[in-house]
Amino acid sequence: MDVTVFGDPVVFWFGPLPVTRATLTAFAISSGVVLAAVILRHAALSRPDSSLAIVAELAVRWPEQLVADIVGRSVPWLAVFSGTLFYFLAASAIAGQLPEVRTPTSNLAVTSALAVLVFLTVPVAGIRAQGLKGYFGHYLRPSPLMLPLELMSELSRTFALAVRLFGNMLSGYLIVALIVALVGVFIPMPLMALDLLIGVLQAYIFAVLSTVYIGAALRLREE
Amino acid sequence: MNEQTLHLVMGAVSIAIAGLATAIGAFGAALGESRIGAAALDAMARQPDEGAAITRNLFVTLAMVESTAIFCLVIALILLFANPYTAGLHLP
Repeated sequence: MDVTVFGDPVVFWFGPLPVTRATLTAFAISSGVVLAAVILRHAALSRPDSSLAIVAELAVRWPEQLVADIVGRSVPWLAVFSGTLFYFLAASAIAGQLPEVRTPTSNLAVTSALAVLVFLTVPVAGIRAQGLKGYFGHYLRPSPLMLPLELMSELSRTFALAVRLFGNMLSGYLIVALIVALVGVFIPMPLMALDLLIGVLQAYIFAVLSTVYIGAALRLREE
Repeated sequence: MNEQTLHLVMGAVSIAIAGLATAIGAFGAALGESRIGAAALDAMARQPDEGAAITRNLFVTLAMVESTAIFCLVIALILLFANPYTAGLHLP
């Protein structure tokens, strides 16, 4: 059984940049998601009463409703951000079920990149919503003694976001790989179904948690 | 104790601790998740109309509690596959 857990085989070098298998898979999945979005948009614009147009409507309304439920008001750009995260992660969980395809989210670098994206979006959204002073003031709001704890929580939740997704996707992959190596076909199918369920659920949780973190930065002044 | 013996002892201890870490982590997460599930079923029995909202929050909470067990699993995987102390060891 040839299973790499932490490393990632380099496929080719693009100048000084190593292009690994996870990079290629992630790019393929992104292209697939973008292609699906373009097809749905075309369908929604040209034939507004077709079933594809209804799917497009649902795919856009659902993240908007999610963000409105969590933040308490409609934030269009946050709906786009969370929706993109969810659709990319769900598509990679589904793509991971294909033979010979390993989901890119079972690579710590990919999940860390997504978590760092959320980590950087939080101060940008907070500063845009309530100004430099208003946002950084909340670190000192109850008492300046809270500053180390606040910084610690920002870092640890980013770390938890990355490792949670990574661990879930990797454990599903490893379990299926072990059972395939032991007994072969058909027996791993329930575990693959569980892996698919967990993958989509973790995509939902990643989207919800990033919405909660960014929404908290947006909402500080209103409280 | 020569280098080879040290590596062997390190490998054996790492494997044992990896199993223990996953087991203890899964123990705590299982206890917590059972309480969450019981509370959610109780809430759904009291207010069947809120079933959809309760189920949505139930899944989010379960996954967050589950992540503690997943952290233990990741530590076990680091011990097994990315352990710096047994990196040079080639078992027969």
